[in-house]
Amino acid sequence: MKECEDTGIIKTIRCIVCPTGCLIEVREDIEGKNTFQGYTCKRGLEYAQQEFFEPKRIMTTTIKIDNAIHPLLPVRSNKPLLKEKLNEAFQIIANTTIKAPVKMGDILIKNITNEDVNIIASRDMEKK
Amino acid sequence: MNTYKTDVAVIGSGAAGLAAAIEVKKAGLEVLLLERGIELGGILMQCIHNGFGIKEFDKELTGPEYAQLFIDQVNQLQIPYKLDTMVIEIAFDNKLYAVNKNEGLIEIIPKAIILAMGCRERTRGAINVPGFRPAGIFTAGQVQRFVNIEGYLPGKTIVILGSGDIGMIMARRLTWEGCKVKAVVEIQPYVSGLLRNEVQCLEDYNIPLITSYTVTKIHGKDRLKGVTIEAVTKDYDRIIGTERFIECDALLLSVGLIPENELTRDAGAEISSMGGPVINNNLETTLEGVFACGNVLQVHDLVDLVTAEAKRAGKNAVDYINTRYKKKLKTIQSICLFPGNNVNYVKPDNISLSENIHDIIINLRVKNPDRRVQINIKDDTNRIIYKKKKSYVIPSEMIELNIKINEIDLNPNCNGLIIEVIPLLEPLIE
Repeated sequence: MKECEDTGIIKTIRCIVCPTGCLIEVREDIEGKNTFQGYTCKRGLEYAQQEFFEPKRIMTTTIKIDNAIHPLLPVRSNKPLLKEKLNEAFQIIANTTIKAPVKMGDILIKNITNEDVNIIASRDMEKK
Repeated sequence: MNTYKTDVAVIGSGAAGLAAAIEVKKAGLEVLLLERGIELGGILMQCIHNGFGIKEFDKELTGPEYAQLFIDQVNQLQIPYKLDTMVIEIAFDNKLYAVNKNEGLIEIIPKAIILAMGCRERTRGAINVPGFRPAGIFTAGQVQRFVNIEGYLPGKTIVILGSGDIGMIMARRLTWEGCKVKAVVEIQPYVSGLLRNEVQCLEDYNIPLITSYTVTKIHGKDRLKGVTIEAVTKDYDRIIGTERFIECDALLLSVGLIPENELTRDAGAEISSMGGPVINNNLETTLEGVFACGNVLQVHDLVDLVTAEAKRAGKNAVDYINTRYKKKLKTIQSICLFPGNNVNYVKPDNISLSENIHDIIINLRVKNPDRRVQINIKDDTNRIIYKKKKSYVIPSEMIELNIKINEIDLNPNCNGLIIEVIPLLEPLIE
């Protein structure tokens, strides 16, 4: 931890809000208060704060579907999901099979990791 | 042989074909969509990740969602389409010949054609990697189809050559599906895809990105056993002594896309050096009444831009039928556009001026990344008639200029225009 005390930088975040790709440095003082430096716009700061305190991702994957024109249906989370919960969600989806037909936006798995996030269908899929 | 008459025939029902067909139908003309796959939507259906639609719908959609919104419109407008139908020839007078299982050979007689066939991936043959030809070597989009639609994995340990967006997205996708992605290898000194993908697909999962390296040897006879990678100079010469072996059982190639223009070429249209047809500012090819849009014309970074271009193609095809086709007018003289300093290509290839043209959309890509540049359009007397400053330019980002004709001092008798991207500051002399 010595190095951290010297520089004060505990994390570097590459901003992806626009292609400029600012390097945003997160510092922590003795009292544990965080400051952000290196961003060049408000959206960049918001992104860095979200990414530092509570990183989230939209999850997109496929789910097994029976009796449809394809063996898999593309699905997504309707909202961003905590990054640390992604693996748990993948496991649940891998162990689920649904039935055709479905419509885009249909809720397939409700409240997947108890964060009020649903897994929904990404497209319509007819019965075979 | 079944014969179909229509106003506009659209070849391909991906992002470009769907948007073009909808535009034509909304203008009150008849349109027929021709699709060789078993469903509408094209490549969007296998691009299950999100990030589509930010410009077009102001929200982040997945590829299938983006396509579904257009497919719903096709159904609402009752646009006729033929699936599993392969166009095999654009013949004299813009007649089309196609085949499908139910009808055999069919003939389509349209007044105008919109080409929306998209592009395909460069393969191992296109980049000349020596070695045996074992199983386990795929293009990235091919694997995307296997994993996302058909439900197969390409292998267990993966190396990806090329840091294009599909390559990086597949690195994350395969990691999620339980594969070990050992490295993404990029021959250029910088990533060729979007920054967003580099951060969210590679850095998020600690997938090593090895730049200024390329694959120089394939190991394994029946099944891929590994690859040798080697550092390269700026001019892509191998640097002796930098060889590294990486064990893997699948190699994915994400090394570029080529517009798919066999039909266009066979029909006698002029093809430009980047692989897309030569077009004027109406997106019309050198064949009268044949328009092109989407990746068959130029490879786009964002599907939203494909949609915008396809809508223009649809509108221009309608204009053509309502004016020139009916009155048998000929195209007017045109001004050629040429790529200048640090410009890889420019579209359109020429500009046809007429009274009803008010603005011209020009797309270009730079050859090399640069910061603080000025984009100039110069006429044949070396006079700058248009300029625009940009804080950065990169080859992976297509630049769009929307030029108002009445705001530029264009001499209609000039022979050609040159588009150049020049640095604003003199580089330091070493």
